[in-house]
Amino acid sequence: MEKRIYLDHAAAMPVHPGVARFAGQFPDGFAGNPSTIYREGLVAQETLAIAREKVAGLIGARSADSIIFTSGATESNNIAVRGTALRNAKKGKRIVASAIEHISVLNPAKDLQKGGFTLTLAPVDRYGTVDLDALGAAVTPETIVASVHYANNEIGTVQPIREVAEIVHDRGGLLHADATDAAGRIPIDVERDGVDLLTLSGNQLGGPDGVGALYIRPGIRVQPVIFGGGQERGLRPGTENVFSIACMGEAARLAGEEMPEESRRLRAVRDSLIAGIMEIEEAHLTGHPTERLPHHASFRFSRIEGESIQLAMDMLGIAVATGSACTSRTLEASHVLLAIGLTHDEAHGSMVATLGRENSEGEVPRIVRAVGETVKRLRAITSL
Amino acid sequence: MNPHNVGVIENPDGYGKVGNPVCGDLMEIFIRVKENVIEDIRFRTFGCGSAIATSSMVTDLAKGKTLEEAMKITRDDVATELEGLPPKKMHCSNLAADALHAAIEDYREKQKKE
Repeated sequence: MEKRIYLDHAAAMPVHPGVARFAGQFPDGFAGNPSTIYREGLVAQETLAIAREKVAGLIGARSADSIIFTSGATESNNIAVRGTALRNAKKGKRIVASAIEHISVLNPAKDLQKGGFTLTLAPVDRYGTVDLDALGAAVTPETIVASVHYANNEIGTVQPIREVAEIVHDRGGLLHADATDAAGRIPIDVERDGVDLLTLSGNQLGGPDGVGALYIRPGIRVQPVIFGGGQERGLRPGTENVFSIACMGEAARLAGEEMPEESRRLRAVRDSLIAGIMEIEEAHLTGHPTERLPHHASFRFSRIEGESIQLAMDMLGIAVATGSACTSRTLEASHVLLAIGLTHDEAHGSMVATLGRENSEGEVPRIVRAVGETVKRLRAITSL
Repeated sequence: MNPHNVGVIENPDGYGKVGNPVCGDLMEIFIRVKENVIEDIRFRTFGCGSAIATSSMVTDLAKGKTLEEAMKITRDDVATELEGLPPKKMHCSNLAADALHAAIEDYREKQKKE
């Protein structure tokens, strides 16, 4: 059987071999609660401190203390949106998000509406770039926080984050940017970019699942969304996941170190993949043609459905993603694809390929062939 | 994924179409009837793997059956023959029996007119 080709790094990344080596260096019997003061506790504290430095380094945070560790990007997004809004509610109870934010931003924001907050969604254009004029109109002096991600996981579009920050700050708001898909792929600098809160996923950096981080600019007040002890400045109570946090730190360090070269390499592979697939009849690129993540290629194919594309590709040994409603838990079409102006049946035909370090140029012809074969087969069956 | 009986029948004796592209499933069934028996049956489906599988299965189940037998094929029969469908797919993607029944109704309507 031919070797499988994995093209769904946005869903789950394999652990970076350097992180696996790092994990293997932990001594047998490693234990220690960072809240304790005996030697094992101090070692655990030091382990956390090193990880914090490494993560801060990846995003240009000046103080490692501005990083709190969480259970993942979903939790970071919830703390950023909910914790910031609730703590600063007397300012005006208004929040803004781009229409294509991840549901772990949109759902806590929608939930806040029950508590009397107003949520305004800033629309995007057909490439998924946030409409800066509309954003300017949406953010008012009463807006506490605006959430605009660095880049989108379904269509790969990278946002003009510095212009977004200027608009939000001019009106006295805070900018939360979800960098789950962007970190380690494009340069991020919270100082240069003007980001006040920033979400990271450990796995998307090549670390383990179940760990993430939230950068909070010093001086910004956020309240906890879960309650317990005082760990992570009280914002993420519960004994720290020391081992996974250490691995996330190492993943952040490696991602920063390898990004210039690896992003250049993946961009070239990605570009030939896009060029090959666009040769297929009625194939359309989704997302921005140039301002997109270097590892990200996303398409839609007219008259066929994404889940059946996914199944057919799987049988040809290739794992791809789709934004089709048929694969979602709710059976609803992707809000991202609808927000860029696709109709429901267009949104059904989406296919997303996100590349990683084990992918190479040599795989492109086989991928393009498989997509071509799949599209042809499904078009022979389709009733549209 | 190797669906059976894919395609169209030109000038079919009966034709059924169910679903809509907003839900992501649109099925067409074409039948050729001879002496009250479904002699040939074809389908075309826009939809997910479950939709394609149920379409293929219903054509296999109906082929060679009398119209009365074919009308008795239910959604559950199709799902059972496939050894089950994911629960959330039972409603949205299990339309093939409906499309078959629509094709038989269409045939009977045409017979009445002749």
